[in-house]
Amino acid sequence: MTRLSNAFSKPHAAFVAFITAGDGDTAANLDALVAGGADVIELGMPFTDPMADGPAIQSANLRSLGAGTTTADVLQIATDFRARHPDIPLILMGYANPMVRRGPEWFAVAAADAGVDGVICVDIPPEEDQALGPALRTKGIAPIRLATPTTDAERLPQVLEGSAGFLYYVSVAGITGKQQAATASIETAVAALKAATDLPVAVGFGVRTPEQAAAIARHADGVVVGSALVDLCREFGKEAPAKLQELTASMVAAIREANK
Amino acid sequence: MNDTPPNSFRNQPDDRGHFGEFGGRYVAETLMPLILDLEREYRAAQADPAFAAQFDDLLEHYVGRPSPLYFAERLTEALGGAQVWFKRDELNHTGAHKINNCIGQILLAMRMGKTRIIAETGAGQHGVATATVCARFGLPCVIYMGAEDVARQSPNVFRMKLLGAEVVPVTSGGATLKDAMNEGLRDWVANVHDTFYIIGTAAGPHPYPEMVRNFQSVIGTEARAQMLSRTGRLPDLLVACIGGGSNALGLFHPFLDDADVKMLGVEAAGHGLDGDEHAASLLGGAPGVLHGNKTYLLQDEDGQITEGHSISAGLDYPGIGPEHAWLKESGRVEYTAVTDKEALEGFQLLCRTEGIIPALEPSHAIAAVADRAKTMGKEEIILMNLCGRGDKDIFTVAEKLGVEI
Repeated sequence: MTRLSNAFSKPHAAFVAFITAGDGDTAANLDALVAGGADVIELGMPFTDPMADGPAIQSANLRSLGAGTTTADVLQIATDFRARHPDIPLILMGYANPMVRRGPEWFAVAAADAGVDGVICVDIPPEEDQALGPALRTKGIAPIRLATPTTDAERLPQVLEGSAGFLYYVSVAGITGKQQAATASIETAVAALKAATDLPVAVGFGVRTPEQAAAIARHADGVVVGSALVDLCREFGKEAPAKLQELTASMVAAIREANK
Repeated sequence: MNDTPPNSFRNQPDDRGHFGEFGGRYVAETLMPLILDLEREYRAAQADPAFAAQFDDLLEHYVGRPSPLYFAERLTEALGGAQVWFKRDELNHTGAHKINNCIGQILLAMRMGKTRIIAETGAGQHGVATATVCARFGLPCVIYMGAEDVARQSPNVFRMKLLGAEVVPVTSGGATLKDAMNEGLRDWVANVHDTFYIIGTAAGPHPYPEMVRNFQSVIGTEARAQMLSRTGRLPDLLVACIGGGSNALGLFHPFLDDADVKMLGVEAAGHGLDGDEHAASLLGGAPGVLHGNKTYLLQDEDGQITEGHSISAGLDYPGIGPEHAWLKESGRVEYTAVTDKEALEGFQLLCRTEGIIPALEPSHAIAAVADRAKTMGKEEIILMNLCGRGDKDIFTVAEKLGVEI
């Protein structure tokens, strides 16, 4: 968790990069994200039924599973990443069923052994925290929660209770990779979240360009980009690392410029 | 509202929507406030006599309830054992039990001020029932249906379109029912402000499993009263087929505290439980989390969901309602499975002995009834829910029997 707090203590907003594990040469792709300046890595655990994802990440999940990716493979990718990059925070993001299949304790131990700093489980809301949260906390892994435009002031304390690492603000009510919310609404929402928590607030969903990333960085502690990177993995296959590094570097430059 | 004793089988779920360890609300945060709002509105509707009155009125005059309780005399003779009785929910408007739930949910949608309805469908029965109530109340309706199912079930696709629904073929994943449900959830999460999702079975996030069960419980409540009035006693065994499990829960739930009434849920064994080609989540699956609830699922060792198979498109969902998972673990209900071949035999048996063409879904239950009746005494009574009629299935059956029509 120290790695996560360090990543959010920089003079600029953190760039949080998501790709799906097992979609292409994941080790090379992750190295490219780090080389481009990514501050935090979100590694997607593929699932057959990614209900909260748009077409880009859905198809990345299916490509990965089609290539035979297993939970053991995902954990190995994480382990190898940690060995190569001791200081970059690594988060596993995915759906409940692959995480709890062998029991939450098994998953928490395996993730901790792989050097994972945090876990985002899309379909475990605070109401079902017992399904995974206690096991993660025991192993010192941050359960990272999502807040959305539908999370009102009355509900927010419940979301924050037991959250750690950072708060992921989903800027649109919808699935990943679609339209982006208006900057003004993001600014208002982030201000409300920051008034309620000391956790860093990262904003994602629909962020595709350096300009959008810069606009968010002016208000939030982190900018999450997923579908735009996943699209590059699909389009360029083996040649994806150079493209990933290029897009990451341009986003990072825009964020740093915005936070000067 | 709940006057059952503390050790009752009828007081599930708890206030967090859990049936023992099953059920719950495993949804993305965007949907969570909506699910909570839905629960509040449902509780208010339950407490409102006007809601019940409107529901009952539509069931009587639009759906055609109560459905008859029928003694299947020739089938009973042919089997040579227990008396077989049917709850005739196949005689409902639209030809299956699905409409009971759709009436309840669309009334709730309108009560909540929602102006757009979405639903998923597999074989198309729930899609047709949803399109029907949307036409009845003048609400726009989008039905998500796996592209594979759209191709296999073209008559039902046409029915939905006639009723004014937009049918969206889903090509993601395996392009079947579970993928249609994923797409329904994606639509809902992007349109939470005006859209109501009419889930077709007693599954999904709380309060859906409880709510759908309650709307479908009209089946068992009627049947219990009808049976007492006709025979002066309760049945010895209830039988119903199970995909998601709403028709079975509808029949079983009002009888759960009648200790002498045994219950048998019949899953689809497809080509057999020893291989992968079946849809028996309880008998051939393991607990996991999908589509908003914890329940038994068809899945591999990594928790990836596997595709169900059944001759009946209405049963090939890889999950099951969480209350069935709980009833199985509690031992109150026995579960078995019937293969495609046995279901096809059950289908033909009912056609010939009773002049009733059943849907392939309850044909599974008929096969199980045939099996059990022979082992029971002639004074004993089996009550089966005949939950759908077979008009939609004649093309599938003809193909399996090698007949060109």
